Amino acid sequence: MHRFANPKRFLDLSRRIVPWLAGATIVLLAAGLVWGLGVAPPDYQQGDSARIMYVHVPAAWIGMFGYTFMAVASAVFLVWKHPLADLAARAAAPAGAGFTFVCLVTGSLWGKPMWGAWWVWDARLTSMLILLFLYLGYMALINAFDDVNRGSKAGAVLALVGIVNIPVIKFSVEWWNTLHQSASVSRMAAPAMPLGMLAPLLLMAVGFTTFFGVIVLLRMRSDIAAAKIRTLQLGQARTAPGDTRGTENTGEAAP
Amino acid sequence: MAKTLSRSKLLKRRRLSFLALGLIALAGATALVLTAFDDNLVFFYGPSKMQRKAPAPDQRLRLGGLVKQDSIEKVKGGARVRFVVTDRKTDVPVVYSGILPDLFREGQGVVAEGHLRKDGTFIADEVLAKHDENYMPPAVAETLKEDGHWQEQKNKK
Amino acid sequence: MNAVVEFLRMGGYAAYVWPAYGITAVVMLGLLVATLRDLRANERTLQTLRQARRAAPARNDEDPAHGEDSVPVEAS
Repeated sequence: MHRFANPKRFLDLSRRIVPWLAGATIVLLAAGLVWGLGVAPPDYQQGDSARIMYVHVPAAWIGMFGYTFMAVASAVFLVWKHPLADLAARAAAPAGAGFTFVCLVTGSLWGKPMWGAWWVWDARLTSMLILLFLYLGYMALINAFDDVNRGSKAGAVLALVGIVNIPVIKFSVEWWNTLHQSASVSRMAAPAMPLGMLAPLLLMAVGFTTFFGVIVLLRMRSDIAAAKIRTLQLGQARTAPGDTRGTENTGEAAP
Repeated sequence: MAKTLSRSKLLKRRRLSFLALGLIALAGATALVLTAFDDNLVFFYGPSKMQRKAPAPDQRLRLGGLVKQDSIEKVKGGARVRFVVTDRKTDVPVVYSGILPDLFREGQGVVAEGHLRKDGTFIADEVLAKHDENYMPPAVAETLKEDGHWQEQKNKK
Repeated sequence: MNAVVEFLRMGGYAAYVWPAYGITAVVMLGLLVATLRDLRANERTLQTLRQARRAAPARNDEDPAHGEDSVPVEAS
């Protein structure tokens, strides 16, 4: 059944959702930028350098969320063999990697004036760097095989193995002595920042999330089109119905 | 037909359990590895822990804590500075010549890298400032200071 | 005018704040541009292929169940 996954429903859905997500992204980012760069107060200690937080923290959150999304999609692909799950994982990787990279660079730009160092090998920074390597490893692995399906499976396994890094990142500042400070925004406690700073942070975070959604959906659409192109080109060579080609996923014959 | 259906369900269930078991095993292995390497992963030691560990004078390590109130003194000439790092239980005197970060001040978190001299003074060749997770507009900070609530804020973890 | 200068100065941290926002914008725009470019290229090619198929009528052994929509979807 899944082997013959008809992407039509997905394509219709994504065509309707993407414009809304795109619109929301523009509004949220515009509001977040104006508030964060202009209206929000500086920090009593860090001054205006604290405004880097409004890009650094959302980027970190999306980097971690993107990987989790990729790992869940990979699990669905490995267990239920749904081809759209594989596409979702592949689509999430470049975006997640991009935001992780942004997190690291903006973090350096923030750390240099505040801590006095561009980089330290503490648990938080190191585990974030590992996250970037995992993303890059995934993107390399899925393209390393001639058989696309084997690449997808290998990538899915890597994505799942690397998922342990996510709780490590999250709790690194609690488990070990780190230079990076502990969480300012936590579901348990009241946030350690005033609303005037929390609001732009959340606006940017949601805006980054909707942007991530746009990228993933567009990339999936693009990959589906590419797959159709391939099958149309292959289709010239098709012979009789009942052909077992295209059944590599499950090894079962066509019904 | 019925046989094919239950076989595919069986396969799915088997894949799911393999996946779950694999993840549990991986999590367990990671936890073991991390605890085993805990010592090497530590970015800095607090003053109490460093005193307990009594490192060799040539061992390079990092000391982290708060800069003790009224402990900063500029040694004559200005290039050198002395201060005390504390975790409110143990104090460690530090000597440092070099540039101090913007945020370095009394009551502030700090991480110093260097070695512990035999006389118990920590010779630092790098000093980094550490700030806590609290963000506050300057006006609020001022008000708190005036009201005398400042230390309360600082003592919140 | 002074307010603009003060804003750009970022309390003395301009050299850190503006590159941070800059790199964020570059990466996000880069992702968007690359994704849209691939999408447009693929959809254009697909359009061309479909038109060619319509122009050249289906062969005898063409089975509707083997059209472009019923084959497992793989990533590009």
